[in-house]
Amino acid sequence: MSDFPKPDQLLSNIDRTPPRTDWMDTPVNIRKGMYCYAANPKSVEYTHLPFPHQWNPTEEDWHLPENWKEILHEGFKVRLERFRSFKIFMDICVRCGACADKCHFFIGTGDPKNMPVLRAELLRSVYRNDFTLAGKLLGRVAGARPMTMDVLKELWYYFFQCTECRRCSVFCPYGIDTAEITMMARELFNLIGLNIDWIATPVANCYRTGNHLGIQPHAFKDMLDFFVDDIEEITGIRVEPNFNKKGADILFITPSGDVFADPGTYTCMGYLLLFHYLKEVYGLDVTWSTYASEGGNFGSFTSHEMMKRLNSKMYAEAKRLGVKWILGGECGHMWRVINQYMGTMNGPADFLEDPVSPITGTLFENARSTKMVHISEFTADLIKHGKLNLDPSRNDNLILTFHDSCNPSRGMGMLDEPRYVIQNVANHFYEMPPNTIREQTFCCGSGSGLNAGEDMELRMAGGLPRANAVKYVHEKHGVNMLATICAIDRAALPTLMDYWVPGVGVTGVTEMVANALILPGEGERTTNLRGEPLPGMEDE
Amino acid sequence: MNVKYMYSLLAVIVLFLLAYLGVEAAGLRMLFGIVIPYVAVGVFLLGVIYRVMGWARSAVPFQIPSTCGQQKSLPWIKPNKIDNPFTPGAVVVRMFLEVCCFRSLFRNTRNAIKEGKLIFEWEIWLWVAALAFHYAFLTVIIRHMRLFTNPVPVCIQMVEKLDSFFRFEILTNTMQVGLPGFYLSGLILLAAVTFLLLRRMMIPQVRYISQAADYFPLFLIFGIAFTGILMRYFTKVDIVAAKELAMGLVSFHPAIPARAIGGVFYVHLFFVCTLLAYFPFSKLMHMGGIFLSPTRNLPGNSRAVRHVNPWNYPVEVHTYEEYEEEFREKMIEAGLPVEKE
Repeated sequence: MSDFPKPDQLLSNIDRTPPRTDWMDTPVNIRKGMYCYAANPKSVEYTHLPFPHQWNPTEEDWHLPENWKEILHEGFKVRLERFRSFKIFMDICVRCGACADKCHFFIGTGDPKNMPVLRAELLRSVYRNDFTLAGKLLGRVAGARPMTMDVLKELWYYFFQCTECRRCSVFCPYGIDTAEITMMARELFNLIGLNIDWIATPVANCYRTGNHLGIQPHAFKDMLDFFVDDIEEITGIRVEPNFNKKGADILFITPSGDVFADPGTYTCMGYLLLFHYLKEVYGLDVTWSTYASEGGNFGSFTSHEMMKRLNSKMYAEAKRLGVKWILGGECGHMWRVINQYMGTMNGPADFLEDPVSPITGTLFENARSTKMVHISEFTADLIKHGKLNLDPSRNDNLILTFHDSCNPSRGMGMLDEPRYVIQNVANHFYEMPPNTIREQTFCCGSGSGLNAGEDMELRMAGGLPRANAVKYVHEKHGVNMLATICAIDRAALPTLMDYWVPGVGVTGVTEMVANALILPGEGERTTNLRGEPLPGMEDE
Repeated sequence: MNVKYMYSLLAVIVLFLLAYLGVEAAGLRMLFGIVIPYVAVGVFLLGVIYRVMGWARSAVPFQIPSTCGQQKSLPWIKPNKIDNPFTPGAVVVRMFLEVCCFRSLFRNTRNAIKEGKLIFEWEIWLWVAALAFHYAFLTVIIRHMRLFTNPVPVCIQMVEKLDSFFRFEILTNTMQVGLPGFYLSGLILLAAVTFLLLRRMMIPQVRYISQAADYFPLFLIFGIAFTGILMRYFTKVDIVAAKELAMGLVSFHPAIPARAIGGVFYVHLFFVCTLLAYFPFSKLMHMGGIFLSPTRNLPGNSRAVRHVNPWNYPVEVHTYEEYEEEFREKMIEAGLPVEKE
C-alpha cells in the first residue's frame, strides 16, 4: 500500500481523454494494483477445472497449452450456440455510446477500455474475425482482429475489471448486458486455466467444505458459538442455533463472509437473535447447515457449470434435512444465482413445500417455484404483520442510508423490502441521489470476485461513484452508517468508506433489526451488537 | 483525419460514381434499374431470415432480464410492472415501449467529475435524435409505397397529408420547394443523420469507439435523403416514369421506362439497394435483435415459474456423503449430527 495513490491523487489521475492511438493499436499495460493474482493451481485442480498451471499475469509467457487458440475458438463457438444472449450481444451493438459513462470503472479510471461498449468490442473484434463474413473479408476495416497473445492479455485484464453489475444494461437500448459478456469471457479464460486466485480458491474451498473460507464443520460451529457468547454478554440471553438439524422448518443459508469478518459478523449475530426470537415467541425451528454453509457462489464468476456445481448443495441439503423451504441471507450475487439460475439449474424443487411463513401465513408467491425466500422479504412480512417487538430508538445514534447492491437490484428487483425493514427498525434514514440508487445503483467496485487485496487501486477507483454519493448524504444529512444487503459490500465498503468518506460505517440490515428487536426476557441492553453504547447509555 | 470515416465516406462516393457514371456514361439502366434492385431485395430478405434464424437457433438457457424496478413480492409492496415485468403481457408492454419509444435510451444521463464531485446531467439529445431518425425514416418508407401501389391506398395518402402538414413554398427558377407540398420527414431525416454523424465525429469517447461500420450507414443514409430531396425540389425527376419502373418491379414485369428518369434517380436507387443488401450483415440488424434480446424479452418471474434450459447437462458435485466421509470424526467431536456414526 506504500505506493498507493491518495484519494485526491487518484481523483486527479482520472483523465477521460482517449489516447491518440486507435484502441486496437494501444497495447495493454497490466498494471500493479489493477489486477488480481493468478490462481493457485491446486485450487484449479481440486475442482477438476481445465489446465491448472503456474503463471503470472505480468510475465511474458503465460504457459498456455499449445493449442490455446483452438480451445478458445471452439469454446467461443459452443457458447454462441448455447447462449442466445451472447450471440445477440456480439451482433447488434450500434456503438451509440449510451453505456460509456455508466460504468463505475470508467468513471473511476477514465480508461476508455472500461467503457462497457469498448470492453465488449475487445471480444467482439475477435468474434468478427472468427465468425462473421464481413470480418473474414474485410478484417480490420470491419473492426475485426485475430486472437493473439496480446489480445488475450488485454481481454483478461479488462474482463477482470468488470464486476458484472449490469448498470450498463439498464441504459442500453437493446439491453446488451456486459455482465453476460464478461461471464462468457471468463468461461473462455477458464478453459485455458487463466483463473484468478481470489475466485478459484474460494470455489475450491466451497466445493470441499461448503463455504468459501474453507471453514471445516467443527470450526464453523465454533465460530457461531463465539457469537452466541457475545450475544449473551450483550443481551443476557443465550441463543441456541441448530446445525444440520433434520426435520427443522426452515434451512437458512447465508454467505460465509458474515461468519468470518467484521462488520458482517454483526449481521450474522443479527440472524441468530432473530431466529431465537422467532423460536421463543412463535416456535419456528430454523437450522443452519455446515455442508451448505455458503450462500455466495464464486462459481458464477468462473463458469455456468461451476455455478451449478456449487449451487447444487442448497437443494441437496434441504432435501436431506427434510425442511419445508429455504431462507436466504443478505448477499448480492447469491441472489442473482438463486433468482435467475437456481431453479433452472438444479430444480425443480418439488420435494419442498410452498414457502409459507408459519408466523404470518403469508405465501411468498414470487418464490413458489424455487422455494427460497430472501431474509428481507421474510422480515418485512413479519414487521408488516406486527410480529416483531421493536424499539427503533436503539438505533438512534445512527443516521442511515441504503446502498442497493447490484444483483438484488438489477438481477432481481428487490428495492423496497429492505427499505421498509430499515425504516421500521431505525428512525433516521436518508436516500442517496436518485441517479445512484435502486436500479441505477453503483457497484461497490469489488464485486464478481474482485475484492482481493492486490487490486486495491482498481477497487478504490471503481468504488468512487458509490463513495461520492455516500459523501453527498454524509455532508448533507450527517449520514454515518451505510446499510447493505450484500456480504461483499460488507467486506469491501468499509475500506472504500475509510478511503473516500471517513466516518461512515457499514452494516447489514439484519444487524439493525437485531439491535431494535426486544427479546423476551432480555436484560436492559447498554450496547449494540458491536459493543458500542446505545443512545443515552454513553456514560454507563 | 480519421481513417474510419474517410473509408466510409470514400465508399459512398465510389457508390455514387458507380451508379451515376454507370447510367449516364455507360447506359447500364437495366443493371441499375432492374437487376441490382432484385438482387438487393433478395439478399435483404434471405439475409435477414438467415440472421434471425441464426439467433433463434441459439438456446435461451436462463431467464436473465435486467430488472429495472421493484419486483413483485409481497402483496402490499407496489411492483414496477413494466420495468420488472412478471407476466408475458407485461413483457409485451415493456418491449413495445422499448421498440417504439426507446425507453432505455430515454434514461440516459451524462456525468462528469467537477471539484471532486460526480455531477449528473440528463442527456436527452441522443434519444431525441434517435427517435427522430427512426420515425422520419419510417415515414419516408411509407410515403414511398405510393410508387409501388396503384391505386395508392388511403392510409399512405394520410401519411403524406400529415407529413406535408406544414405548408411553405419557395418558388424560384432553380428551386421549387413546397410544390406539390413539403415533406417534413425528409428534412428531419437529413437533420437527424447529420446530428448522429457529427456526434460520432465530435465527442471524443464516441469517436474513439466508432468503427467504419458506424459511419458507412450514416453516410449512405445521408446520401439517400440528400438525393431524394435533390430530386423532389431541385432537379425535378420524372415521377411518372419512376413509378412506371417501380410498378414494373413489384409486378414482376420489369421494364426500363421509355422516358429517361435521370442519373440522380439511379444513384438514389443504388444507394437504397446498397443499404438493403448491406443490412443483414451489419449492425443494422439491431432492428431484429432487439426483439430477441434476453435481458428485455423475458419476465422477471424465475423464482415463481421454472425456466427450462434445453442443454441442462448433469455436473460433477461434491455430495454430502463425500463431505461427511472427510469430516465425520471432527463433526462427531463437535457434537454435529452425522448420518453414519
